[in-house]
Amino acid sequence: MAFFFAQFLTGLANAAALFLVASGLSLIFGVTRIVNFAHGSFYMLGAFIGVTLMEILPGHVGFWGSILLTGLAVGLIGALVEMVVLRPIYRAPELFQLVATFGVILVIQDLALMVWGAEDRLGPRAPGLRGIWRIFGEPVLKYDIVLIAITPVILFALWYLISRTRLGVLVRAATQDREMVGALGVNQAWLFTGVFALGSALAGLGGALQLPKGGADLLMDFNIIGAVFVVVVIGGMGSLPGAFIASVIISVLNVFGVTYLPQSTLVLMFVVMAVVLIIRPYGLLGREEVAGEHGQVGAPETPIRPYPPAGQIAVAAFLGLLALLPLFADQFVLILMIDMVVFALFAASLHFILGSGGMVSFGHAAFFGGGAYAAALLVFHFDTPMELAFLFAPLAAGILALAIGWFCIRLTGVYFAMLTLAFSQLVWSLAYQWRDVTRGDDGLVNIWPAEWLSGTVPYYYFTLILGVGGIIFLRHVIHAPFGYALRAGRDSPRQAEATGIDVKRVQFGAFALAGAMAGLAGGIFVFSKGSVFPTELEIAASFDALIVVFLGGVKTLAGGVVGAGFMTLVEDWLTRLEYWRLLLGLVIIAVVIIAPEGIVGSFRTLWARIRHKEDAA
Amino acid sequence: MTEILRVEHLKKSYDGFLAVNGVSFSVQQGELKALIGPNGAGKSTCFNMLMGQLKPTEGEVFLDGENVTGKRPRDIWRRGVGRTFQITGTYQSMTVIENVQMALMSHNHRLFSVWPRAWKLYREEAFEFLETVSMADQADRPCSILAYGDLKRLELAIALCHRPRLLLMDEPTAGMAPSARIELMQLTADIVRDQGVSVLFTEHDMDVVFAHAHHIMVLNRGELIADGDAEAVRNNPQVQEVYLGGGTLFKEAADA
Repeated sequence: MAFFFAQFLTGLANAAALFLVASGLSLIFGVTRIVNFAHGSFYMLGAFIGVTLMEILPGHVGFWGSILLTGLAVGLIGALVEMVVLRPIYRAPELFQLVATFGVILVIQDLALMVWGAEDRLGPRAPGLRGIWRIFGEPVLKYDIVLIAITPVILFALWYLISRTRLGVLVRAATQDREMVGALGVNQAWLFTGVFALGSALAGLGGALQLPKGGADLLMDFNIIGAVFVVVVIGGMGSLPGAFIASVIISVLNVFGVTYLPQSTLVLMFVVMAVVLIIRPYGLLGREEVAGEHGQVGAPETPIRPYPPAGQIAVAAFLGLLALLPLFADQFVLILMIDMVVFALFAASLHFILGSGGMVSFGHAAFFGGGAYAAALLVFHFDTPMELAFLFAPLAAGILALAIGWFCIRLTGVYFAMLTLAFSQLVWSLAYQWRDVTRGDDGLVNIWPAEWLSGTVPYYYFTLILGVGGIIFLRHVIHAPFGYALRAGRDSPRQAEATGIDVKRVQFGAFALAGAMAGLAGGIFVFSKGSVFPTELEIAASFDALIVVFLGGVKTLAGGVVGAGFMTLVEDWLTRLEYWRLLLGLVIIAVVIIAPEGIVGSFRTLWARIRHKEDAA
Repeated sequence: MTEILRVEHLKKSYDGFLAVNGVSFSVQQGELKALIGPNGAGKSTCFNMLMGQLKPTEGEVFLDGENVTGKRPRDIWRRGVGRTFQITGTYQSMTVIENVQMALMSHNHRLFSVWPRAWKLYREEAFEFLETVSMADQADRPCSILAYGDLKRLELAIALCHRPRLLLMDEPTAGMAPSARIELMQLTADIVRDQGVSVLFTEHDMDVVFAHAHHIMVLNRGELIADGDAEAVRNNPQVQEVYLGGGTLFKEAADA
């Protein structure tokens, strides 16, 4: 019993940092509607800056002073990021900003590497709090008790700030209706900057505060961001008490998980999140988001049309060029092209539900990796002929999408995104931990194509036909009644339902089709590489697809494909350099700022402007 | 005359507040009937319960004698009820005619077909519906650049697509210029006369209501206080009380 209690206290102590970071994220999302992926990076910066300051400043005052200074410093960095990166793109389509924050992650990662080096730092012990206290005979770190005492104070301080001060009134008003707040003469730009700075400062404080327990390393940003999103979603987006309760639940469960069910630790919080979202679709204390509340930002999408003859000829010429490529390109180029087509099909399948359906999935890699694993498992365990195993890639991924979609479709917006993320984490942990079947992170190897397809050139044509065929099929569906029904449900669910369209069923079907096509991409992928590892199912893989879709342009049909092509080329070129993350991050941020409608969308706008000028002349 | 719609003791309460309190009425075939009342009287709540956007707390809705209470909007639509909204809901990423084609595709059960090009389907038919509401000249414009009054007319065209027997129009002329209001109501009256459709509409403009409606119902604080022809409603003392505040409003204005 005493042991239980001690464990519980450890969990409570761990909740402190998690709550700080999560409350910052929740605040930022509530006001600016930005899903800030870079929030984990601010946490990491907090840890590194805190360690550095603590080395300089001595004693009690030095320790606690460093923590406060760190919060201030990270807040300033946050303000800078907001002003330089985010302020120019608030009018871009919803969720577009998350691409920019992803760029920020990459930049901060390399900057931290440059400044602090690759070595992990151990955090200093808090002066005067080095030992343990015995509670019911069990040892509990003194610092843990202090953290447990601090957390409610922070919660109260934040609550006071939000619900009792003038700034808090403005923040709450902006959460509900930012246009109205602007109309009432509040300088929105500074309000946003202020909130972003405050949110970042909280993350920085969290990073510094956990130093005596954890230290600082370069993986902290990605390690915490998943948990932070889980906490915010379980608690309910924008709810501080919700974030607090969820931090406690997750932290305590984690402590017990580590003790009693070690293999569960990777997925435990995602399981909890999935259960909460299935029972309470808007989190424990969240309010229902009214559909269209945040509406479409920016210019409305233009009606779609197939390419005019000139465009069709251009596409045909490009495809012809691809078909002739083996005649003059070397093997390296062909392999790069295979990667590109696979990624383009994967991105196009995500673009299908994201662009036409307005369904932002954070877990699309589950279907890409799921398809790859389905085929690989058949080959690996049953020596299934490649042709048959390959067919199972889209089939299994489609069935998986039906199963996951059945739970996710009922949610919308960020909650839909997070539930897809949770399920993709489940699939990932299955591949990672069910070693008997999947061989864990050793991966499945020796998954080669059939005799008639072995060799780069035959497989290149195989990829070209199926990959390009898949992309063209998806485009065709977008132009068909099904694609129109999908867009109708996105544009006005109310009108769609009032004219006989079962919006959820259409979305369910689209989700399954997108899953199957991602599985097809996964199938091509696994036989081109000869192996598959759990990394293909990771969150990062899902985000890669998401980012190229946004970069290419959500509101344009070619967006996913062009984004994927662009990204494959840029990555291939940049990853040869030492600080490639920094450069890639800067490239992403630059594209986001220069082309807020995505690459294709911005080209189209530019083109329209040129034509317009010609017409006027 | 046959009865299309019958509503019995419809109630809707929000946390104990009765937005609609025991409303009963019926709509006959070929009837153009208005539901009027001050703001917050419960008109839109009533409409949302008729079409299934809201579930009634109590009471029943019969369509051609069939109990459709609590059915979903799309199921009620399939039974021949069309609806336009107070705040228009159109597909902004499509052209005007595609909006109509979308409803036709739904009507013809083509929503899940993945092969034909959508904009080729039912185009002529859709064009005819646009002509009905005088929107044919704007058929290929993007819906997102339409003026508000045109959106209202487009919504009417969409609602006519499955040749409904009953049309529910929630403030069809709100936000329109006076001349456009008269035009739209004349159009609605023509549709009622030519196609035998029944129309139930809410409206704030009393000129529109008294000029066109065959029968008028007055809703106040969730309760129906009058149901009859224009003359009867005009002379109803309770209605006068609600709308004219017992006539004092005019008297005061005259005194001032």
